[in-house]
Amino acid sequence: MTALMTDVAIRCEALAKQYEIGERESYRALRDVITDAVSAPFRRLRAAARHSSVPNGSGEKPTIWALKDVSFEIKRGEVVGIIGRNGAGKSTLLKILSRITEPTLGSVDIWGRVGSLLEVGTGFHPELTGRDNIFLNGAILGMKKAEIARKLDEIIAFAEVEKFIDTPVKRYSSGMYVRLAFAVAAHMETEILLVDEVLAVGDAQFQKKCFDKFRQISSGGRAIVFVSHNMAALRTACQSGIVLDRGGVVATGEINAVADQYLAAVSNNRGTESIETETFIVEDVSISSREGPVIKTFDSVEIRVRVFAKTEVQNPGMFVSILTLDNERIAALAFNDFSNIKGLQAGESCELGFRIERFPLLAGEYQMEIDLTDLDHYKVELVNKNYAFEVVESPVYRSRKINRWFGVIGLQAQAFGGPVGTNSSLETSFPGEFPVITES
Amino acid sequence: MPEIATTASQAHAALVPQEEHLELPHFRIEPKRGWVSVNLKDLWQYRELLFFLAWRDVKVRYKQTALGAAWAVIQPLFTMLLFTLFFGRLAKVPSDGIPYPLFSYTALLPWQLFAYALTESSNSVVANERLITKVYFPRLIVPLASILAGLVDFAIAFVLVLGMMAWYHTVPTWAILTLPFFILFTIITALAVGLWLSALNVQYRDVRYTLTFIVQFWLIASPVAYSATLVPAKWRPFYGLNPMAGVIEGFRWALLGKTPAPGALLWVSVAVVALVLVGGFYYYRRMEKTFADLV
Repeated sequence: MTALMTDVAIRCEALAKQYEIGERESYRALRDVITDAVSAPFRRLRAAARHSSVPNGSGEKPTIWALKDVSFEIKRGEVVGIIGRNGAGKSTLLKILSRITEPTLGSVDIWGRVGSLLEVGTGFHPELTGRDNIFLNGAILGMKKAEIARKLDEIIAFAEVEKFIDTPVKRYSSGMYVRLAFAVAAHMETEILLVDEVLAVGDAQFQKKCFDKFRQISSGGRAIVFVSHNMAALRTACQSGIVLDRGGVVATGEINAVADQYLAAVSNNRGTESIETETFIVEDVSISSREGPVIKTFDSVEIRVRVFAKTEVQNPGMFVSILTLDNERIAALAFNDFSNIKGLQAGESCELGFRIERFPLLAGEYQMEIDLTDLDHYKVELVNKNYAFEVVESPVYRSRKINRWFGVIGLQAQAFGGPVGTNSSLETSFPGEFPVITES
Repeated sequence: MPEIATTASQAHAALVPQEEHLELPHFRIEPKRGWVSVNLKDLWQYRELLFFLAWRDVKVRYKQTALGAAWAVIQPLFTMLLFTLFFGRLAKVPSDGIPYPLFSYTALLPWQLFAYALTESSNSVVANERLITKVYFPRLIVPLASILAGLVDFAIAFVLVLGMMAWYHTVPTWAILTLPFFILFTIITALAVGLWLSALNVQYRDVRYTLTFIVQFWLIASPVAYSATLVPAKWRPFYGLNPMAGVIEGFRWALLGKTPAPGALLWVSVAVVALVLVGGFYYYRRMEKTFADLV
């Protein structure tokens, strides 16, 4: 049996986790329990009188399966990304793997010690010095005191906080704090590392340093499980991916294939439920690239909206706005500025759309807000739902990773330059197109 | 880039001898049902964390207070002065022939340790919510560490009792050899109750509010300001149902050697604590799997 399993680091079998809805927010007061205890017998009696069957215990508590029948295998030396929407069960899975919470059903077999990084700086105490916190945090992450002492200098150097190591961390800048916390975690020597979204913090340069450290760890035969919303980060860091949806595994395999499949599925799902406004019913909304299954910066992109008219519409049209997830408006288009189509009878459907060449948004998540209009009747009706979409990849500015520091719009530019006074500074001495490099 | 990483790790895996793979510790995660055992091996592996958490509590507490370690002495000292004035001088409560200040201070020592340990351990799980929801370690570490931190205060306050004994020319007898047992017994008593309350506190926050009342109530019910000999001899073993009666009487006997050794009363206390402790361990272990979801 062992001979076959030597390469396996983690094996999940039919894992499931059930939560009571609202459980996390509300703890019960003793009063409720006493009231329950007093009223339960009566409820039982009444129920018995009516149905001659006794309801089970505390009655019908709404429950939800955060994970359902999840099975997969992760090998040593593998870096695996867990992909999925919010609420798909990614965090729950990580919590079970790191033994913070127990599964309701199923099992996980783990070969090797597990280090989990669900939060940067768990247990850091602001009053303690950087040095003290390294030891405390290290111990919390499961490192031995001797091990921490041995790596202390390396950790301090990695975090670049040499000067402040004996200062209480409450005086640290947030960057220093994160660097120190991450440095401790990056020096864990466990065979398995679980990482949740923590790479979203810190500056770009430090992120790269951490990525390199992780690569170094994985090439030492360790397994790393990553959870992130950042597809580009997952594509560079991982070799394979596991896609979760509504608590179940929907795909596993090579990271790029799985990520494309996930993103395509997500965009297919968008807007299939019908939303009604006063005059219209929205039947379908989609935004897609004409160049592939996912949207990339500078792709040719199409937005399509299919609507059904409940009553007669003389001049159908729409406004489409693109917003960030923070509801900041980036751009808006009005259909009637471009064209008019013929009116609709009650019960008729039509399709409206925009085609945008060289779509400029950088990688990230965005949303569309749609208003349906009949300008001849002075009608502007907001569709009561925003449609989320994601731009997956952006051309990389040379080797750097795109993050929010770059803003949301990609500019197509040319660079030029030369020594001042030679009159060449205005000439394009090394004309450079915007380097469109997509990672392969 | 990913290709390079893959080949590198494959090459490495090929070089690593099979034996190393087999040495990897295997662990199985699955739902536990019914009563679970106290996993001592796991606890032992995390003993350094226990020490670090206790060390953190002590260090932070002394850093954040202006008087620092002085608090450890001030509290029992002033309580002792107050007790001496009202119970000793004015109410003339008998003190078994021991000078009243010494009589009450020797009781306040274990009492303060107990009260601190009980309060801190009961709140410990809720207070360490961040840790519990973000990282695995044996959950028993949390109340244990908060109790250990109380020993530092105890050690500081203990110095004063030595001074007082010298002042009153009290020479300890051989009974002082049993003192470590009584210190341990104090801690275990606090742990036994603390395990129940800390686990209950996660589910019912009422515990937090009841705690001050419990501690006050318990102080009056324990022979701190008065002697257990006030209780008629034939009822005295029943007084041992309050384990702090056993602890305090034992402490006085061990330290001063003037009162008779607490016989039946102590054994009743030990039995009560043993029962509460075993129950507490199992209740805590049973509840701990829900901590991360409930806290």
